[in-house]
Amino acid sequence: MVKTYKVANLDCANCAAKLERALSKIDGVNSAAVNFFAQKITLDIEDGRVDGVIADVKKTCKKVEPDMSVKFD
Amino acid sequence: MRIIIAAVLFAAALALHMTLEDRAPVWAWLIVFVAVYLIISYDVLLRAGQNIIHGKIFDENFLMIVATAGAFCVFEFVEAVAVMLFYQVGEFFQNYAVNKSRKSIAALMDICPETARVATDDGGEITLDPSEVEIGSLVVVRAGEKVPIDGVVEAGDGYLDCSALTGESAPVAVTAGDVALSGSISTGGVLRVRTQKRYEDSAVSKILELVENASAKKARAENFITRFAAWYTPAVVIAALLLAVVPPLCIAYNSGAVWTDWVTRALTFLVVSCPCALVISVPMSFFGGIGAASKHGILVKGGNYLELLDRAGVAVFDKTGTITKGKFEVVSVACADGVSREEVLLAAARAEYSSLHPVAVSVVEAAKAYGFAPSSADSATELAGRGVVVQADGETIACGNLKLMSERGVNIPDGFISDSAGTVVYVARGEKLLGAIEVADGLKEDSVAAIGALKAQGVKTVMLTGDNRTAAARVAAEAGVDEYRAELLPDMKVTELETVIARERGEDDGSRRGRAVAFVGDGINDAPVLSRADVGIAMGALGSDAAIEAADIVLMNDSLAQIVLAKRIARKTVGIVKQNIIFALAVKAIVLVLAAFGIANMWLAVFADVGVAVLAILNAMRALNVKTARDKRAKTVAQTPPASR
Repeated sequence: MVKTYKVANLDCANCAAKLERALSKIDGVNSAAVNFFAQKITLDIEDGRVDGVIADVKKTCKKVEPDMSVKFD
Repeated sequence: MRIIIAAVLFAAALALHMTLEDRAPVWAWLIVFVAVYLIISYDVLLRAGQNIIHGKIFDENFLMIVATAGAFCVFEFVEAVAVMLFYQVGEFFQNYAVNKSRKSIAALMDICPETARVATDDGGEITLDPSEVEIGSLVVVRAGEKVPIDGVVEAGDGYLDCSALTGESAPVAVTAGDVALSGSISTGGVLRVRTQKRYEDSAVSKILELVENASAKKARAENFITRFAAWYTPAVVIAALLLAVVPPLCIAYNSGAVWTDWVTRALTFLVVSCPCALVISVPMSFFGGIGAASKHGILVKGGNYLELLDRAGVAVFDKTGTITKGKFEVVSVACADGVSREEVLLAAARAEYSSLHPVAVSVVEAAKAYGFAPSSADSATELAGRGVVVQADGETIACGNLKLMSERGVNIPDGFISDSAGTVVYVARGEKLLGAIEVADGLKEDSVAAIGALKAQGVKTVMLTGDNRTAAARVAAEAGVDEYRAELLPDMKVTELETVIARERGEDDGSRRGRAVAFVGDGINDAPVLSRADVGIAMGALGSDAAIEAADIVLMNDSLAQIVLAKRIARKTVGIVKQNIIFALAVKAIVLVLAAFGIANMWLAVFADVGVAVLAILNAMRALNVKTARDKRAKTVAQTPPASR
């Protein structure tokens, strides 16, 4: 299942690349793409695990990019 | 702002230091410069601290601090502060350039309608977010506003500017019953549009989604950079450590001066250790190229497809609907002696009117120019494989092929119509031949020019068609394609394409040329071929979800010139990426070598880090600007004020 989230204050491309690497390592995430220019995160999450994975995603975002905020709806 | 204050303070401290250096003890200068240093770099310190807590050591901020703190340790106060200041100035410019280009790219994609004006039952209007509008609502679009959601015009006449969707700048006239796609702008008149889709399923959302998600499909160059970045920084840091320790041990382990020198060289290494220039500029170039393409109505689903398109040595085209219009048209009318073109067409139209055959439709369409009106008294009989016969006003009009004519005893003089380019329909009244109408699927206006331009770019062109050899040969010759294959069933097209792909890769003769193959089709019945090609290009895909799904590159309008433009954008983007990779790596390599030999100082190293990043970003910005011939024309038109209507 592919989910897209808008982010704000993601303001360095190198950090975006790091975040992308960190997110794709999360268990249950098939692939992750961080679009620095559109300020969007696209996650391909294993079906049925979305809720659990999102919690990990939140944690990872906080850890890798503390200044960044993600709109999870 | 902080940078300016810091720069002023630094200048003051430097001036003091130069004039009074001997009058104050070293520790006093240390305090002064550390104070200035902290003002300049507190955010860098903070970030470095945070990242260390999170277990990331090889972080740009941390390395800068190690480098400058190291400079303090070897009593290079001025150098330490200056380098940090220079670094911050560089970072500032880098952020500025990145944000600026991010905004330019965002502006390219500013096709999203922000609000929808929905007509209420009591005759009023309410303004809603487009995503809240339900299917079947009536939205009002005034001049200058965007159509928020796909729908059908229910009332009102006006013009729609679809350039954001198709790249086509000429406005399209719309009236009740016409489709209005979201993202197009009304340039005159008030339109009332009955919505047919939800906002999420409308054209504008689909396009945005496609372009914004394009970064998920990474180009080889991007993957290379990601892998490179992962080992580059640790490698440089380890090299710096070795540089600081090993040579002094070998040369003279008891000389303090030697230690200072080698530590300085090692610190210089650390400054160059961030792969920022590449990590930012390479994805930015691809995103810029994708953005520029989308502005011209070319949707690219990923950076990798730009890369592949650039490498494409062969463009394989479908014939019908791609090179040709996909619609039969009357191309010529041959008349018997004493019969006018009008008479031939009107008679034929009477016979063909009730037929749904594409040839018949085109004849009736042509006859409308002469005021053809159907008569309900006519009774037509369709004779399969031969034509149509109609009883009209007591006469028999026959309309069909040679077989039908000979059956009805119509005599056709030798060479009446020669060198037939398409399907020929003979028209006879009773036993008298009136004339013959030649119907063909004509080339699109820009097909010849576009194929010529592709060949000029060094691309070989191949045409595949299910049509017969004669028709295929004619179109191939007219359009100027290098090769063609005719009489192919849909599954045979895939096989043919695979042969071409194998040839281009050099698999058949072992040469491994590695060129890619692009396939261009209309996306209606060639989805398997589209997906088999290295780059599948669907054209005229506006509103066709299936084509958008199957293709890698989607052309929103159906002009072949778009392919030439797409290829140019691809070449430019890939060119910029290559320049940036080579430039950044070369500068860094040179500075690393110079630093190892003690020639490069920390200033040069900071330039190799942020300076190169800024230059690479500025270069990447060029991917955004793609001029077409039309843009150049539009510029000259814009200089002359438009006449008022």
